[in-house]
Amino acid sequence: MTELSVSVSQPAHALHGQPLPEAPAKVTARNLNFYYGDHHALKNINLTLGTNRVTAFIGPSGCGKSTLLRIFNRMYDLYPGQRATGQLMLDNTNILDPKLDLNLLRARVGMVFQKPTPFPMTIYENIAFGIRLYEKISKSEMDDRVEKALRGGALWNEVKDKLNASGLSLSGGQQQRLCIARTVAVRPEVILFDEPCSALDPISTAKVEELIQELSENYTIAIVTHNMQQAARVSDKTAFMYLGELIEFDDTSKIFTSPSDRRTQDYITGRFG
Amino acid sequence: MTSVEMSTVDTPVNPVNPIYARRRRRDLVVRGLCIAAAAFGVTWLALILFTLFYNGLAGLSLQVFTADTPPPGASEGGLRNAIVGSIMMTVIGVGIGAPLGLFAGTYLAEYGRNDRLTSVIRFINDILLSAPSIIIGLFIYGAVVVPMGGFSAIAGALALAVIVIPVVLRTTEDMLLLVPNPLREAASALGLPRSLVIRRIAYRAARSGLITGVLLATARVAGETAPLLFTALSNQFWSLNLSKTMANLPVTINNFVQSPYAYWKQLAWSGALLITLAVLALNVGARILGAERKTK
Repeated sequence: MTELSVSVSQPAHALHGQPLPEAPAKVTARNLNFYYGDHHALKNINLTLGTNRVTAFIGPSGCGKSTLLRIFNRMYDLYPGQRATGQLMLDNTNILDPKLDLNLLRARVGMVFQKPTPFPMTIYENIAFGIRLYEKISKSEMDDRVEKALRGGALWNEVKDKLNASGLSLSGGQQQRLCIARTVAVRPEVILFDEPCSALDPISTAKVEELIQELSENYTIAIVTHNMQQAARVSDKTAFMYLGELIEFDDTSKIFTSPSDRRTQDYITGRFG
Repeated sequence: MTSVEMSTVDTPVNPVNPIYARRRRRDLVVRGLCIAAAAFGVTWLALILFTLFYNGLAGLSLQVFTADTPPPGASEGGLRNAIVGSIMMTVIGVGIGAPLGLFAGTYLAEYGRNDRLTSVIRFINDILLSAPSIIIGLFIYGAVVVPMGGFSAIAGALALAVIVIPVVLRTTEDMLLLVPNPLREAASALGLPRSLVIRRIAYRAARSGLITGVLLATARVAGETAPLLFTALSNQFWSLNLSKTMANLPVTINNFVQSPYAYWKQLAWSGALLITLAVLALNVGARILGAERKTK
């Protein structure tokens, strides 16, 4: 075993060195395939996201990890010519069902993107907007919900005196936490993070990572990252993908200390990718 | 709607949520209105095209391309002189107007970005862009036809050029502004002088957009009648002399369609169809170029 450059800290639920207890399945993929037109981008993916667990997806650029994430909330449906086959279940809901109500699906499966995407409105409205889509509540109740969401996004102390300022006036890291708070506010069951820290500085990154760990107490989380240390720090389970295939999927501590596939080891030790 | 599984416990996210249900009903109504509005617009376009093809194709024969415009009351003759005249004036007009528009657009996008002059030019250009073409015809009448002592093909071409300039200027500026600045920085960082950064890098990056702009301007002027009415007038006979009046399709159509002669009316339909097909071809060409840009 070569000396690894990544340090494995204590992930949310991991008992260091010991296998994780299995969590009940939240999202299950069976023989999942994905096509961009004729290009076969994902090949026979089988995996399970455990309830209230953090699952990290790593792999070189173009391996399909973001593609996989965008199937979980049918984001790919926005673009013609893209299609998925196989089975993908969210509890008892078939995510790939063509008749599925996508608005309801996406309210259950939230998403945070690479670049912060605050809406062009006030900080308060950024949060309240999503809540109002499904709930009609009084002003004081809404104030409570907004505060709770902003606390959930670890942003409350920084913005409580300027809730009426534009969301765009915040720094990049704050904007990203606002987006996380906005996602949390509609009480999803699953949250997808697509490289949430790649546009952030190290301090903001640390805050977001800490937040992801806290959120995993209540939410099932999937995170795509190019940063292996980040995967090691925040996740319970790690999936290594390569050329559209799921090469290895196991406890994070196992993937980063004794991977069973040669390609996984080469990747995490920096021999390629 | 897999409704049963969706309604989990106490979450408001379910299909029977009244707020969501109302929004969905509203969405259905508005979507229906949008489709109806689109269908309404397209219906008229389809009717116009159908009528044009129905009437235009009936009179389309080889003679239309080989014989010149007939005298009143004749029952044979074609549009040869008008087709050639239209092509000549359009080519000359675009040949004069497009380079001017390209240069001016280049100035606005590349050299004069922070100039006060730029916003003045852009404002004037926008006015010119929406100026009625008959005004441009009158302007050339006063500026060229009167001093030259008579109607001429060159005056017609100049009127078309004046219409081309603002169209090409606008697309050139827009397309160059779409070229990302890091590309210019990278080219400058190689030691390229400003002129080469523009010609070799910015123009190449924006190439299909620039060509599209010129094609659309050509399509725009190919069917213009008003600016030619006061400038090139028309000519019943074959003439390639730029200093004399020259036949052209739009004015010929305009004259023939108002005449009492059946054969003239028939030729007007055929001429209208020819212009439409030419404009369609130019627009399709511009579309194909635009699509290529996206896939590249």
